[in-house]
Amino acid sequence: MSQGILVFIEQRDGQIRKASSEALSEAVRQAAKMNEPVSAVIIGAGAKSATAEVSKFKPAKIYTVEGDDFVSYSTEGYAAAIADAVAKADPKFVFAAVTSLSKDLMPRAAARLDAPCVSDVSELRASGAGFEAVKPMYSSKTLGIFEFNSPLSFVTLRPNVFPANEPDTGHQAAVEELTVKPEKIRAKVTATHTAEGQKVELSEAAIIVSGGRGIKGPENWPMLQNLCDVLGAALGASRAVVDAGWIDHGHQVGQTGKTVSPQLYIAVGISGAIQHLAGMSSSKVIVAINKDPEAPIFKYANYGVVGDVMEVVPKITEEVRKLHENN
Amino acid sequence: MKIAVCVKAVPDTEAKIVVAADKTNIDLAGVRFITSPYDEFAVEEALRIKEKHGGETVVISMGGDECTDVIRDSLARGIDAAIHLKDDDFKNLDPLSTGKVLAAAIKDGGYDVILCGQQGVGGDNNQVPSILAELLDLPQATVLMKLEIEGGKFKAEREVEGAHDTVEGSLPALFSAQKGLNEPRYSSIKGVMAARKKEIVVKDATALGVKGKVGGDQRKVKLKEMIMPPDRPSGKKIEGDADTQAKTLVQLLRSEARVI
Repeated sequence: MSQGILVFIEQRDGQIRKASSEALSEAVRQAAKMNEPVSAVIIGAGAKSATAEVSKFKPAKIYTVEGDDFVSYSTEGYAAAIADAVAKADPKFVFAAVTSLSKDLMPRAAARLDAPCVSDVSELRASGAGFEAVKPMYSSKTLGIFEFNSPLSFVTLRPNVFPANEPDTGHQAAVEELTVKPEKIRAKVTATHTAEGQKVELSEAAIIVSGGRGIKGPENWPMLQNLCDVLGAALGASRAVVDAGWIDHGHQVGQTGKTVSPQLYIAVGISGAIQHLAGMSSSKVIVAINKDPEAPIFKYANYGVVGDVMEVVPKITEEVRKLHENN
Repeated sequence: MKIAVCVKAVPDTEAKIVVAADKTNIDLAGVRFITSPYDEFAVEEALRIKEKHGGETVVISMGGDECTDVIRDSLARGIDAAIHLKDDDFKNLDPLSTGKVLAAAIKDGGYDVILCGQQGVGGDNNQVPSILAELLDLPQATVLMKLEIEGGKFKAEREVEGAHDTVEGSLPALFSAQKGLNEPRYSSIKGVMAARKKEIVVKDATALGVKGKVGGDQRKVKLKEMIMPPDRPSGKKIEGDADTQAKTLVQLLRSEARVI
């Protein structure tokens, strides 16, 4: 009988994604309650060298898939690998972190196995012997609670919401290499171009500083970037300034941009249109800096600063710098 | 080139969302439906591919009467033909079932290109394009910022964390559109007039051969209830001049919120 949880671990050149370690940690916590095993599957060039790192999060078993068909990402190849790992591990659930790759892959792998998928889950609530999945809907204006009705279900977990366990260097997971021969690969990644400018990835960043109309013009991005640099934060933006051409769409937070849940979100000169709030209102701590005391963003902010962003932001940067120097 | 474009009618993104008494639907009183924003990029891309390569474009939408205006809008922009997938069985489907209904409508149509928005706003599942590609046994490229089609092959750019991936493959294929793929056109008055005369073909579960195979007890995940997100704690206003505000804020983030 199917049991336990298989976790898809995303890696590049042997480096695993932080969000994947969070998903694996949550799987370990949930499986412990059910007294069932956790396994992990790592795919692509570098999979084998990632096993030591994955092992620290204590899965019982790790499957690796490498080879000529897995040198670069293809949805069809990776879906075949997931299907083979599922056949081996025979789990009740397959977990993955929500990433660009998993959004492309997991629904396809699930459909291949005629299994359902609940995506972008922000909480797993105890229910009977297992759990129900809670996910934001209508751009976080509501939360949906989903029950599973299948021997196998896929679940993708929102980054930054589920804590990663403390790595245990003493744990040694069993490793098994799978030989996977995908039936068809008719489309694949042939090149990757790193985007310029973004030093920290938005969807996984613990801290985000976002700018809107209130920063007055694209010439003032360096002011926000300085604050990002001292905080180790990623730079975000409102739709208004993306549509105005001040910055690339990759930075947009909100309904037609990225949904983020960082520990700290600093909204600079952003009024808080409903589409923007949709993308960031589940952040743990929100700071709003705006000259308009009536701006809707203040209703969502833990800390509100009414003032001139051009004056306040450099001073905050300076204070953070001093804080770091004194520690 | 025969091109299918899947569109979804969704509540206006500006709408206030209220959970209905049954807890599994939203209260539709006063809610206006629009084309899901990402689907507009898919419709525009379909039109551009046809303009370049010739052929026929077909809009496909699953849902109730709210789909009619959305379908008419696609037709007004220049889409040639329309199929409305309508059946009581299609209410509140999970993404896998939605994929099965759409696949049934598309599979024997002889399409070279199938376009979707990268996600429908509302369910925010981001699943149907990949499910549909699997059920139709087609290659896929999703969340696209750029798409070039030439000689039975495609080259696409998709947005990934901190980078753009180039994906290359063969047609027929399925694509999903991200904002930035193109600038959608507005419908012309002439287009709106022409759209009124175009026929919308309606197909139900029986016609599609999915009767009893989707919805109801066939759903493998079920929405038990929708709840409103917890209220955010009422915030602190930080007073004083800019120097004081900056100092106070950084202290609070450090010692009270413990996030820096």
